[in-house]
Amino acid sequence: MPVNTKRQDTWKGIVQRSDIISTVEFNYSGDLLATGDKGGRVVIFQREQENKGRTHSRGEYNVYSTFQSHEPEFDYLKSLEIEEKINKIRWLPQQNAAHFLLSTNDKTIKLWKISERDKRAEGYNLKDEDGRLRDPFRITALRVPILKPMDLMVEASPRRIFANAHTYHINSISVNSDHETYLSADDLRINLWHLEITDRSFNIVDIKPANMEELTEVITAAEFHPHQCNVLVYSSSKGTIRLCDMRSSALCDRHAKFFEEPEDPSSRSFFSEIISSISDVKFSHSGRYMMTRDYLSVKVWDLNMEGRPVETHQVHEYLRSKLCSLYENDCIFDKFECCWNGSDSAIMTGSYNNFFRMFDRNTRRDVTLEASRENSKPRACLKPRKVCTGGKRKKDEISVDSLDFNKKILHTAWHPMESIIAVAATNNLYIFQDKIN
Amino acid sequence: MAGAAGPGAGPGAAGGDGDDSLYPIAVLIDELRNEDVQPPLESLATVEETVVRDKAVESLRQISQEHTPVALEAHFVPLVKRLASGDWFTSRTSACGLFSVCYPRASNAVKAEIRQHFRSLCSDDTPMVRRAAASKLGEFAKVLELDSVKTEIVPLFTNLASDEQDSVRLLAVEACVSIAQLLSQDDLEALVMPTLRQAAEDKSWRVRYMVADKFSEVKCIGISGIENLKGICPADFLLDTTINLSILGLELVSDTNQHVKSALASVIMGLSTILGKENTIEHLLPLFLAQLKDECPEVRLNIISNLDCVNEVIGIRQLSQSLLPAIVELAEDAKWRVRLAIIEYMPLLAGQLGVEFFDEKLNSLCMAWLVDHVYAIREAATNNLMKLVQKFGTEWAQNTIVPRVLVMANDPNYLHRMTTLFCINALSEACGKEITTKQMLPIVLKMAGDQVANVRFNVAKSLQKIGPILDTNALQGEVKPVLQKLGQDEDMDVKYFAQEAISVVAQRLRKLDFPVKDSEEPSIPGVDKNLFLRPRVPGENTGKGPHVNTRDTLAQLETAELMHFPQSRE
Repeated sequence: MPVNTKRQDTWKGIVQRSDIISTVEFNYSGDLLATGDKGGRVVIFQREQENKGRTHSRGEYNVYSTFQSHEPEFDYLKSLEIEEKINKIRWLPQQNAAHFLLSTNDKTIKLWKISERDKRAEGYNLKDEDGRLRDPFRITALRVPILKPMDLMVEASPRRIFANAHTYHINSISVNSDHETYLSADDLRINLWHLEITDRSFNIVDIKPANMEELTEVITAAEFHPHQCNVLVYSSSKGTIRLCDMRSSALCDRHAKFFEEPEDPSSRSFFSEIISSISDVKFSHSGRYMMTRDYLSVKVWDLNMEGRPVETHQVHEYLRSKLCSLYENDCIFDKFECCWNGSDSAIMTGSYNNFFRMFDRNTRRDVTLEASRENSKPRACLKPRKVCTGGKRKKDEISVDSLDFNKKILHTAWHPMESIIAVAATNNLYIFQDKIN
Repeated sequence: MAGAAGPGAGPGAAGGDGDDSLYPIAVLIDELRNEDVQPPLESLATVEETVVRDKAVESLRQISQEHTPVALEAHFVPLVKRLASGDWFTSRTSACGLFSVCYPRASNAVKAEIRQHFRSLCSDDTPMVRRAAASKLGEFAKVLELDSVKTEIVPLFTNLASDEQDSVRLLAVEACVSIAQLLSQDDLEALVMPTLRQAAEDKSWRVRYMVADKFSEVKCIGISGIENLKGICPADFLLDTTINLSILGLELVSDTNQHVKSALASVIMGLSTILGKENTIEHLLPLFLAQLKDECPEVRLNIISNLDCVNEVIGIRQLSQSLLPAIVELAEDAKWRVRLAIIEYMPLLAGQLGVEFFDEKLNSLCMAWLVDHVYAIREAATNNLMKLVQKFGTEWAQNTIVPRVLVMANDPNYLHRMTTLFCINALSEACGKEITTKQMLPIVLKMAGDQVANVRFNVAKSLQKIGPILDTNALQGEVKPVLQKLGQDEDMDVKYFAQEAISVVAQRLRKLDFPVKDSEEPSIPGVDKNLFLRPRVPGENTGKGPHVNTRDTLAQLETAELMHFPQSRE
């Protein structure tokens, strides 16, 4: 499924560590795209309304709002810094003219309201137009302030702050289909929150062993089912996924379903356990399937079958022989995300060298594309890339050894309805869309 | 309100700096109360801040009462319709709270429209709206005509009770209480009970919990409906309903979730008053007994704590066969907090079971607790004895409790001997002067010569505590000498507490103007002023035998008196 794409570049400038994008998420309608970065900032892009006159230019994404979500903190008790890096952003379903999203760093989750203001009150009694207080003695008559139109201003305000519930680093948040509760997961525990209540949360999963010496696995990702309000899944560093049913008991320490693929003994190596660690788990939009990403592959599971996945797609199998050097430069611990398209017919995930991969589940075809300035021009189609694993290297192919492992695409997002994708490459955000025929 | 934006229109109209700031405005508008106030209230009913919305809805409900029926239809009902068809779910949830107030006084045509709107909200896409509709279902049903309740509300209730969202089903169960009140017994059985039974088997424990919680209310209503028909209906008809309702109860009793069972246990006892003696024995007794054997201690405790209801109806004897093993098991539970809980119920149980039963079966338990390994249990047991004496009287205490407590004074374990002293502390007031002086005091005084220092200083403390109850003869003749001897003890804690006690006792004696002996010796050799510097060795045994009164010691006692009395507090 080669995708005809045009590139839309948005950020320019010197690479600063704080600019590195750490999460990307479309909202429910796809009109808004939020990105969080290592500096604790959230930037929201909005799709331009379609202009009937220019048929070949469909809605572009422009910056809608920028705000500082989290600040760096210091935990005095443990003498540790708490990074302001935004780990995850999740949008809430729209409930009125304003938009709501949850953003989280390692320890604190915040609910932000993004609203537009296009009216301003003028004619206050106690202060001047520029805000200076008036001398009360000089006020001789009262007037009623009137609302006047003003330039559109987008404001972001924190509505709730959910803090102090996690001892370990938060890796996931997920909103329930009842639109009232959400979960937050750290390495060992999952908590259930109510959106209105910030001083209490329920712990529903706790895998901390009584003796920390016996710790063998941690929670790496968790998500609620898109339709069934009682179902959640969480993945572990040992390559297993557990599905829990909140109806059966208040504490979901005992799983309802346990998904694990039996290990292939022939490919066992020193690194087997490390590369089997699941970095992301996502339900399909239909709710029937879920997808997991481990280091080298993406697997699609049918929720009704626990024994093995129904599909396995190799992302960068050519790295299997390089695991040793990847272990040394720590790249083996990179956490890649994955995503479904709106109709669940395709899945996408990132790789190294600014490559990202798309798999069409129906035609079984896959493609590797690159997100970089040099290799794509605006409005031109992206060319598929190929990595050569050895032997003769053809023209336009790139050899495994010349892959840049510092250019990794960890975060990608797919528009919930249309063929638009957002790809975060270090500090750059690329938005690609399908050409209309 | 010149310049204000229209209801619900435009961004920024009702947003402001923060919706919380709108709450005081909502309150103020409440006070204004006239028609003009409706538009801003409508606007406030759509904001996202729940507190503000709720207050606006409350105000609108009050305003609706002040409209004439004509004005209601002209102004209020259109407002409700607008909210109910709003784009955002916030306005639709607010609308749910307004149906019941405008329905009664509307014309028939308008009534039909209102019902239509409510129906559509019950099947709204967003769970929030369905939750709001479910929570207002009962209230709305109450103002409808009975026909409409049967044809429209009951299907809505059934749908909401089978909603895919747990949170909606929970609220539907609550609604069934109100609905049950309106229906006749037949209708209740045919229309509501099947849904309720289904809810009792719901996969979600939270829904089952709600059923357990509301169970008794449903029954109350069902049965009070029956009571009215009692004269008219045959008895087996009554029984049928009861059986159905009890079967429901039985299902919940065997639920696997402990929260469900606990909720049921608390509630089920109240049913006996409603059902009457025979029905209780036949239907509810098996349920009680099953719960008494439950593996979860909380369930058992919930049953035991609510025994008074059952006692009124059938008398405790019926239960006592099963009750006793249950109590004994709880009293010997491995977890001390469980034991503690049952001790706390003991006075209540004793009161209900009566003195004979108690003496026969429970007395030994109470005594056993006094020598429990855990201090908290021993302490609670001591308090327990005090409450029992208050309940059963001093004569009973004298015959049953006191002898057994005093026997413990000879126990080889010093902790048990101390327990005797604590018991005496607790019981002396309740038992009164005579028992204290004649029976308890000799034992206390005897323990003043105990080998273990802890016992000795607790003797001093006890004497201080029971002092006010004794008469002055005893104080002067018996207590004071012993205290003085203790004041000379080698152990410094004993000395300290003895001196404390002495000053209190002396204070009392002085008030009665008893002559105090004086001595003429100016200095007091032999008294160790450095007594507080001597390091204390734990478990030290001073090796003192029983006290012997010699001339030397007597002289010392007198000088000790001289030394202390001038220093005693005024």
